[in-house]
Amino acid sequence: MNTLRRTLIGAAAVLLLRPFAALAAAWNKDAFGAKTLADALKGIGATDAAASKDLLIEAPQIAENGAVVPVEISSNIPGTTSIAVVIEKNPFPLAAQFDFLDGALPYVKVNIKMGETSDVRAVATAGGRRYAAAKEIKVTIGGCGG
Amino acid sequence: MSGPMKMRATLAAGYTDVRVLMTHPMTTAQSNQPLHFIQSVTVKQNGRTVVEAQISQAVSRNPVFTFRLKGGAKGDKIEVSWLDNKGESNKIEASVA
Repeated sequence: MNTLRRTLIGAAAVLLLRPFAALAAAWNKDAFGAKTLADALKGIGATDAAASKDLLIEAPQIAENGAVVPVEISSNIPGTTSIAVVIEKNPFPLAAQFDFLDGALPYVKVNIKMGETSDVRAVATAGGRRYAAAKEIKVTIGGCGG
Repeated sequence: MSGPMKMRATLAAGYTDVRVLMTHPMTTAQSNQPLHFIQSVTVKQNGRTVVEAQISQAVSRNPVFTFRLKGGAKGDKIEVSWLDNKGESNKIEASVA
């Protein structure tokens, strides 16, 4: 009887915790924990990305403060469902991944931190294929200590 | 540690412009403070999820995002929520103006 009750309590706890676990599991730990560009790209399945001129990165050429670098990325590739932001020389290159569901345009503007001058890459997914674009941003004061 | 959010959703030419600010320390592994950063951000339009983002400590302190949603109308309900690595979360809702 007691075991049954414990099992039930256990099951209830699991059910209650599940939505939370599902959210936590959604965070791509392997890709975000990657310390090299190659591993980060591998983590998001983008090792074979093709260069595209339809993936646009708007950002300053020189960022005085690496702690706040505004980056605007938009994709004109039809059927874009996701855009990832990868900062090549950051300690952990993958900065963000945005999944655009039906109802959203493949566009995002975000402030990122950059440790040093680096290429900032955008990787878009469209129709199961990967596309990439890059832009170098020069940083005068790094911003990873914040 | 984490505080209020601010959001503005306005109609533009053919899309809804959503600007959202989150109050969050976004500390990194390189700083001397405990690692504390937002990991996921969700945008909903009238209750339907339209953007799901996973982010890292490389997003600046007090993150500011701009998203664009297809079409839209005055009065649409926009909700943005976040969850961080310590399990803290917050959300804000606003109507499109």
